[in-house]
Amino acid sequence: MTLKTPSELNALKASLVQAVSDKVKILVSLGTCGLAAGGSKVLDAITAALEESDCAEKYEAVPVGCMGLCYCEPTIELRDGSGKAIIYGNVEPSQIPAILEAGLTSAAEGATVVERTWYYPEDENNKNKALQAKIALRNTGRINPERIEDYIIRDGYQALAKVLTTMKPDDVSQTVLDSMLRGRGGAGFPTGKKWQFAAAQPKGQKYMICNADEGDPGAFMDRAVLEGDPHSVLEAMTIGGYATGADTGIIYIRAEYPLAITRLRIAIDQARKMGFLGKDIFGSGFNFDIELKYGAGAFVCGEETALIHSVEGKRGEPTVKPPFPAVQGLWKQPTIVNNVETYANIPVIIRKGAAWFKTIGTAGSPGTKVFALAGKINRVGLVEVPMGTTLRDIVFKLGGGISKDRNFKAVQIGGPSGGCIAAKNLDTPIDYDTLKAIGAMMGSGGIIVMDEDDCMVDIARFFLEFTCDESCGKCTPCRIGNRRLYEMLTNICHGKGTPQTLVELRSLALVIKDTALCGLGQTSPNPVLSTLTNFMNEYEAHVNERRCPAGACARLIRFTINEKCIGCGVCAKNCPENAITGVTKKRHVIDQNKCIKCGICFQKCKFQAIDKQ
Amino acid sequence: MSCDCCKKEKALEKLMRLEPEKTSQLVAFIDSLPLGQDVDVNRGHLIETLHKAQGIFGYLPQEVQQVISERLKITRSEIYGVISFYSYFTDKPIGRHKISVCCGTACFVKGSMRIVDEFKKQLNVQEGETTADLKFFLNVLRCVGACSLAPVVMVDDQVYGKVTPEMVSEILAKYRD
Amino acid sequence: MINLKINDIPVSVAEGTTILEAARTLGLKIPTLCHTKLDCMGVEHKSGSCRICVVEVDKRPNLAPSCCTPVTEGMVVKTNSQRAISARRTMLGLLLSNHPKDCLICAMNQNCELQRLAHEFDVHEIKYQGEQNEFPIDVSSGAIRRDPTKCVMCRRCETACNVVQTVGVLSGVNRGFDATVAPENFKPLIETSCTFCGQCVMACPVGSLTEISYKDEVWSAINDPTKHVVVQTAPSVRVALGEEFNLPAGTITTGKMVAALRRLGFAKVFDTNFSADLTIMEEGTELISRLKTGRNLPLLTSCCPGWVNFFEHQFPELLHMPSSAKSPQQMFGSIAKSYYAEKMGLKPSDIIVVSIMPCLAKKYEAARPEFCHDGVKDVDFVLSTRELASMIKEAGVMFASLKDEDYDDPLGESTGASVIFGASGGVLEAALRTANDILSGKDIKNIDFVAIRGLEGIKEATVTVAGKELKVAVCSGLGNARKLLTQIRDGKANYHVIEIMACPGGCINGGGQPYTGSDLKTLEKRKEAIYEADKSFTLRKSHLNPSIQKLYKEYLGEPGSQLAHKLLHTHYFAK
Ligand SMILES: Cc1cc2nc3c(=O)[nH]c(=O)nc-3n(C[C@H](O)[C@H](O)[C@H](O)COP(=O)(O)O)c2cc1C
Ligand code: SF4
Ligand code: SF4
Ligand code: SF4
Ligand code: SF4
Ligand code: SF4
Ligand code: SF4
Ligand code: SF4
Ligand code: SF4
Ligand code: FES
Ligand code: FES
Ligand code: FES
Repeated sequence: MTLKTPSELNALKASLVQAVSDKVKILVSLGTCGLAAGGSKVLDAITAALEESDCAEKYEAVPVGCMGLCYCEPTIELRDGSGKAIIYGNVEPSQIPAILEAGLTSAAEGATVVERTWYYPEDENNKNKALQAKIALRNTGRINPERIEDYIIRDGYQALAKVLTTMKPDDVSQTVLDSMLRGRGGAGFPTGKKWQFAAAQPKGQKYMICNADEGDPGAFMDRAVLEGDPHSVLEAMTIGGYATGADTGIIYIRAEYPLAITRLRIAIDQARKMGFLGKDIFGSGFNFDIELKYGAGAFVCGEETALIHSVEGKRGEPTVKPPFPAVQGLWKQPTIVNNVETYANIPVIIRKGAAWFKTIGTAGSPGTKVFALAGKINRVGLVEVPMGTTLRDIVFKLGGGISKDRNFKAVQIGGPSGGCIAAKNLDTPIDYDTLKAIGAMMGSGGIIVMDEDDCMVDIARFFLEFTCDESCGKCTPCRIGNRRLYEMLTNICHGKGTPQTLVELRSLALVIKDTALCGLGQTSPNPVLSTLTNFMNEYEAHVNERRCPAGACARLIRFTINEKCIGCGVCAKNCPENAITGVTKKRHVIDQNKCIKCGICFQKCKFQAIDKQ
Repeated sequence: MSCDCCKKEKALEKLMRLEPEKTSQLVAFIDSLPLGQDVDVNRGHLIETLHKAQGIFGYLPQEVQQVISERLKITRSEIYGVISFYSYFTDKPIGRHKISVCCGTACFVKGSMRIVDEFKKQLNVQEGETTADLKFFLNVLRCVGACSLAPVVMVDDQVYGKVTPEMVSEILAKYRD
Repeated sequence: MINLKINDIPVSVAEGTTILEAARTLGLKIPTLCHTKLDCMGVEHKSGSCRICVVEVDKRPNLAPSCCTPVTEGMVVKTNSQRAISARRTMLGLLLSNHPKDCLICAMNQNCELQRLAHEFDVHEIKYQGEQNEFPIDVSSGAIRRDPTKCVMCRRCETACNVVQTVGVLSGVNRGFDATVAPENFKPLIETSCTFCGQCVMACPVGSLTEISYKDEVWSAINDPTKHVVVQTAPSVRVALGEEFNLPAGTITTGKMVAALRRLGFAKVFDTNFSADLTIMEEGTELISRLKTGRNLPLLTSCCPGWVNFFEHQFPELLHMPSSAKSPQQMFGSIAKSYYAEKMGLKPSDIIVVSIMPCLAKKYEAARPEFCHDGVKDVDFVLSTRELASMIKEAGVMFASLKDEDYDDPLGESTGASVIFGASGGVLEAALRTANDILSGKDIKNIDFVAIRGLEGIKEATVTVAGKELKVAVCSGLGNARKLLTQIRDGKANYHVIEIMACPGGCINGGGQPYTGSDLKTLEKRKEAIYEADKSFTLRKSHLNPSIQKLYKEYLGEPGSQLAHKLLHTHYFAK
């Protein structure tokens, strides 16, 4: 069935709403982690239970995307039409009968109930109670991503209908500009302005690209959107196509995201069948279609010029800007590259208006930001908060604090291009500008929490290793410079650094930032610079005292045997290097030249006779 | 780049002789692409062709590169340039089971390097290498997006979460028939 | 016009000008490494990758690469701020930290742009230490030496090979620190479709791509009393060799070169011009017969081995079109080891033929198996113009002060028609001069075919030869050759004869010539010198060369005779 007018869409929506049963829905989170954690077994158990019992009249199982509660997958949510809901985490298939039994009246015995900490755009009166506001994630975890009808019920494709039948292309860009939506892919460039650039180019072939390359390790926001609400991206790209005069959309998605790819394919198919993609959309004469292109394992292809080269079938090497893609991009035609999350905001902005959007977030960065919380944090997961929320709220309120009762040390925000934020900045309300001011970067929104066991020099070394692996190798500062930074950091971690190394580390890092060709190299020294600023004491301990305060740098650890040793010989027997000698019942000794710091002896000794320094 | 009429049959014939079924699959795929004389257009299909070819052959040996080069009219050096750029592509045969240990940030801070070391020790290979019995290929990658389960190991398409060094031998045992 | 300020000086330049060019107009030279203008091909290579050329631009957070940043209205640029200079030093330091620093034993010593930068920046220490790339050195081709450990990733060779020559042998491979430039699958060059034109060698700013030298072998031969070592010099060597001795570009050094070769100890100093005249006899005869039958047209010239390699690899279906005549270098070798050997009463194996060539492909050509008989190569060793200069310096011969000397007989006599082989258009012009006379049976006076001279990549003309109109084309640079051949293959172009040279501009710009830094002016001067040399001959048509006439009379019979075919013609292979 092809929809030709907005009223047909409204009629369809109305009939779909009519047809909604009054059954309680059981939403089963089936994103990648949900599946990995055993979510499909839970879904099977529910289906089986519904078949066997009379519950089928009361319940309806709905597979959905990520609910953001990744730490307690498998997760399910029971919800009725009135909005009454209960969420369970760490669900075992065996708990299903009890959960169905309890329904929405009480919490099922033995199952873990999870608190909900967010509100959706439609329940704004709840706003003050929750820390999270879900705009980009408004449908993720709530609808079956494989059913376009679920999207339509929740106002899907209304924005597209509005744009195509009531707005001029320039008005669309203007609305987006007025909303002050800034690109969520990292740099925070105003999306409306970018669209205006492309729209101002002479008529002809233009492209809309969705950057779904999400390569930052520890970031999985875009994946969650694509797996949980693919239509919102398709709708937004089509709107952007209308605004800029593009008729072709391309989603560049990493090959490591097979589930997102499957769901996107299904969504594109459905949208074509309904006429939201294709020729003469909503009878407006506007044509637009979308194809998928796959990445092949190169982080740098997230950078827009590299991405474009990759789509063109070349090595993903960035090129110098200008020319900017909006002027000369794919196949030398004007091209818009926007991030998944940026797109996911667009339909809501169109429907509810720029003014509404600006009531959320900060003056300079309106709206929300999705963050992926990972690392040493209790509630690993996905959160969407208004801009201006403090890191403390994110880490301690939403993230439930540091796991295993360790102490907070730092968060790395923005992935390898971001910086480390220390405890003293936990209360900074975060948006694009404040983060820059404290030497970090919004990046794509990965937040990795680190505790006292993490050595910041080692972390910086880890990030540099990542950049070295992922550098395209085109320009001197990044190809060779980052390698030298990495070697310096490795030397420090191995106890071979000197105070001079620290001086050179900083000065080389600054030059790389200043000279690198693309964003990767321009930001790769950030982890070094921010840890040098915030954790100089740790660097100094490494170079001056040959000591790793966090005990993470293996080569700087020394195992020694103290007077508590009773000479049982267990350590000597287990040492893989035969580094421990001694006579039975006499204190043993470790030959430091042979010891490879594996720590086995330390674990095996029952008498606390081995010291780790 | 060139017409290479005379060479075309050679590369294709050779591959046909070595791997008739796989080769026909690849050729059928390439034939389904909207290719033409315009190398730029053809190049736009290169990466998906390489994905497909690697899916069929398991890796991208020189004969396969050559067939792709001739069909898409892209020079072999350029194709190799692309293959060697993207970590997803390999021109070396890899083991039957692909073990990917995630060393993304979330997994790293949760100790993934210990997992890598354990795999290396048990399989007696380095990262990016295949075991002598061609059973396992050990690989390190950055974030599969399942960070909540860190540290994460993927064997083929199966994701294992919260992996400890002790679990490594259990995981391997499942694939040792 | 765009107005901006560079180092506080206002300047107006056209839109699209880069900061680098704008600064040049003020007499400011910003150092560069990756950037180059391949002028004769109209190609500008600006990868923006080395970051040596960075400058400070007001309101820009980071430094700007001046070679690829266009000027904008009101821009304020500082080229020599402390920040920019120290960044450049750091770039240089980083490049050197991953470089073998073998200048004393490097073929590029004194010609190397990296070395020059290190000198200009007065680098005294290698600031950064760390791992260096290791790659095997490839000498498989016998012509070009690839040492990727010296590569600075400027990618100039890639542009030369892929964009200019459209051969596509070199590509960036790997990524990150391991990135380098290499042929497919790191294959040795000999197993690729490389033509050995050497344009990548000319483009490479460092010693990563150089020629393979045979100086040592030649010294040994000269010093071997059992060998009779003769040398031939290609037409274009004489107009470029002087540059290696600080003579102005375009100086004709024929006499000095001959004298120098004698000082080096060659038994006889002969001229490839002689066999160039011979080539015209054979190729001209072939042209005339094809014109008569109208078959296998157009005739493609075949004296450039780079071009021969190109069509063997890329256009195997057109193998019947090139003339079967060997190149002048190989004709010389054949004649030296047959006619000349007989005359001198020497066994072919006792004669060593050394060529001095502007060309690296000639090294490969001399080693082709079909040019070897009973284990005796027609041409034993090929030296480039640069290698000859180096031998002269090594031997302490004061080149500039040498008195002119003449070539030896009989293989030293030549005509004006042969010397112009050195510039694009020359082979065809020489052939037309002869064909004109032979077909008309007259000694035609007006012999300057000016329309086909010059450095343009493709030149077309309709010329009148013995009253008949011939459509001819001249093409230099393999990218242009591809264009033309594709048209011919697709039946879209009709010519009677086409001259093709692999190097843009012809042999004056060969891969073995003194480095020009792609400077168009130097090439122009060399070209002018070639035509000046032509004018200095009283005989300017190949068939009038008395030694050639004698050769046919005494030995070969007619052009195209059976013996001529055996000695002077070859065949081609699809590769
Ligand atoms: C090294 C590097 C990696 C990047 N990776 C991504 C990415 O994975 N996803 C993304 O949306 N943007 C990424 N970006 C930013 C893009 O270049 C581009 O700015 C962005 O896609 C624009 O979309 P936006 O304006 O909607 O943010 C990356 C940039 C750099 C320099
Ligand atoms: S900064 Fe790094 S990734 Fe970017 S172009 Fe340079 S080498 Fe490539
Ligand atoms: S295991 Fe402990 S007590 Fe036993 S010998 Fe070793 S150090 Fe001493
Ligand atoms: S740390 Fe390991 S190698 Fe060192 S002494 Fe203990 S058991 Fe032996
Ligand atoms: S390439 Fe240049 S810098 Fe390197 S060793 Fe040779 S001459 Fe010296
Ligand atoms: S320049 Fe220096 S290093 Fe080179 S030869 Fe002279 S003294 Fe030795
Ligand atoms: S010699 Fe010519 S064909 Fe060979 S790699 Fe160099 S530029 Fe390419
Ligand atoms: S081989 Fe030479 S020309 Fe080619 S990239 Fe390396 S340094 Fe540049
Ligand atoms: S044009 Fe001259 S120098 Fe160049 S490859 Fe041909 S013969 Fe050699
Ligand atoms: S359940 Fe894993 S992404 Fe949320
Ligand atoms: S960092 Fe390992 S799954 Fe994301
Ligand atoms: S010369 Fe400008 S970046 Fe290399």
